Amino acid sequence: MSPDIAWLIVRATGQTLHMVSVAALIGSLIGIPLGVFLATSGRGELFHAPMTNRVLGAIVNATRSTPFIILVVAIIPFTRLVAGTSIGTTAAIVPLTLATIPFVARLVESAIREVDPGLIETARAMGASPFQIVWKVLLAEARPGITLALTLTVVSLIGYSAMVGAVGGGGLGDLGIRYGYQRFMPDVMLAVVVVLIVLVQLVQSAGDRLARHFDKRARPR
Amino acid sequence: MNMAPRNLKAGEAASQDAIVRFESVSKSFPAGRASGEVIALDDIDLAAPRGSITAIIGRSGAGKSTLIRLVNGLEKPSSGKVLVDGTDIAPLGEKALRETRRQIGMIFQHFNLLSSRTVYDNVALPLEIAGVAAREIEARVTPLLDLVGLADKRNRYPSELSGGQKQRVGIARAIAMQPKLLLSDEATSALDPETTLSVLALLRRINQELGLTIILITHEMEVVKSIADHVAVIEQGRIVESGTTFDVFTRPEHETTKALLAGIPGMTLPEFVASRIRPEPSPGSEAVLRIVFTGTHATDPVLSRLSKELGLEVNILGGAVDEIAGRPFGTLIVSFKGDDAKIAETRAFLAGLGLTTEVLGHVA
Repeated sequence: MSPDIAWLIVRATGQTLHMVSVAALIGSLIGIPLGVFLATSGRGELFHAPMTNRVLGAIVNATRSTPFIILVVAIIPFTRLVAGTSIGTTAAIVPLTLATIPFVARLVESAIREVDPGLIETARAMGASPFQIVWKVLLAEARPGITLALTLTVVSLIGYSAMVGAVGGGGLGDLGIRYGYQRFMPDVMLAVVVVLIVLVQLVQSAGDRLARHFDKRARPR
Repeated sequence: MNMAPRNLKAGEAASQDAIVRFESVSKSFPAGRASGEVIALDDIDLAAPRGSITAIIGRSGAGKSTLIRLVNGLEKPSSGKVLVDGTDIAPLGEKALRETRRQIGMIFQHFNLLSSRTVYDNVALPLEIAGVAAREIEARVTPLLDLVGLADKRNRYPSELSGGQKQRVGIARAIAMQPKLLLSDEATSALDPETTLSVLALLRRINQELGLTIILITHEMEVVKSIADHVAVIEQGRIVESGTTFDVFTRPEHETTKALLAGIPGMTLPEFVASRIRPEPSPGSEAVLRIVFTGTHATDPVLSRLSKELGLEVNILGGAVDEIAGRPFGTLIVSFKGDDAKIAETRAFLAGLGLTTEVLGHVA
């Protein structure tokens, strides 16, 4: 493999990491509160708002059921508005982030719903405000689940980021298609796949370890 | 059903200084998708005297969980008033309600500890919620851990503790805010008998040393017997009997109370008698009498006096001596031959000695 090709792989890895980390960060910052809200705003729950809950739930479902590649092209005007351009790595972050938000929200929602409702009652009996309940009880108790949810999000984002080559996003997937497939360079394809596998493995095992660290519940030995 | 005098008595005692008072409280829930309502509590009048331990006992589904949740506003009454220290809880806004809840501790059947927090941090939680400074929290949590005997478990997580230890953490957490009232929701129901006794002893100690009023709900008569000063029996959303624990245990009036007492030794007939007992006498049958000894009478030679002075041949069928709310209490189930007049004479004789009697039936 020539130094040029090696450089391409390094650069593509950097682009992938850039897109994935920014999209994961912003997506989580919006997705986690959204997930908490979805989990706590049903009928009779902490932030009783069933109508808003249903509307947000429908939007989340709609976004999640739109194939990612269609989302990428469908929101090009919005991307241009936010990023100033509709092509390139920075532009690709917009659809990636947009797809991450509902993904994170649903996973966080289910992690929060795993928390024993008895703990919410306990905190209410102590005189905790709804925000204290969210912060000190729900998020604290759901931390292992949320960690696994974010791990899954990053792994999925690495996969999604391969598709943003369609808008010149660059990254490993794009490199694999253009060089490995279209220019018949199987060594590039192999290198891309190996780097992706290593990335996913690293993310997954780091996430698993962190989740285990947070999880103080009894484990069957 | 004649229970007015006893209720009046309990009400009188309580009216002097009740920390919690229910006034004609009813609570109903919408019945799922069907129209109509499920009535959980029906016209409850109840008072918990300050500094006492008041137990509310009933079978599951009797409404006791709803009842105790009305005290700290986790449930709102459909009608009536729930007064805590003279303040009606129901109309309070969220903020005022939160302030009130901080003065009411609560412990739960399944402990409800946060798995992500250590013992220390669990006990500190209500203090954090109330905005107490970290240094002050440290100064208050450490003695609490000593009090409940868990100083060495300070940095352990709940999953590393036994059930009894978890409930001790729950108790420390519940009293961390120095509340004026402690609510106990079946706190010993998930514990084995031995652990139950040690947790009850701790509650009793807290009641006596800190002067903390405790209201507990339970379905176990043993719990009531060992620590409660007052007891109310609840059945299908109504209080069917209430009074001091001693009175209710020694002279139960309502069927539900008697059924709940059935598990207590001396309250039930031995099986070989129970299977043969009839309500009406038959030729040659013997009357079965329960004699209840209270206080010092437990030591009187009652049976020998019965045979000497009334010429009775008394047959002992069962009995037990026990302690209820700290007072000695014995029951003796005996049988003897005799007609109605003889039975009446015997009962009058025993009443003269200050003993309560009850004719259970006749065995052939």
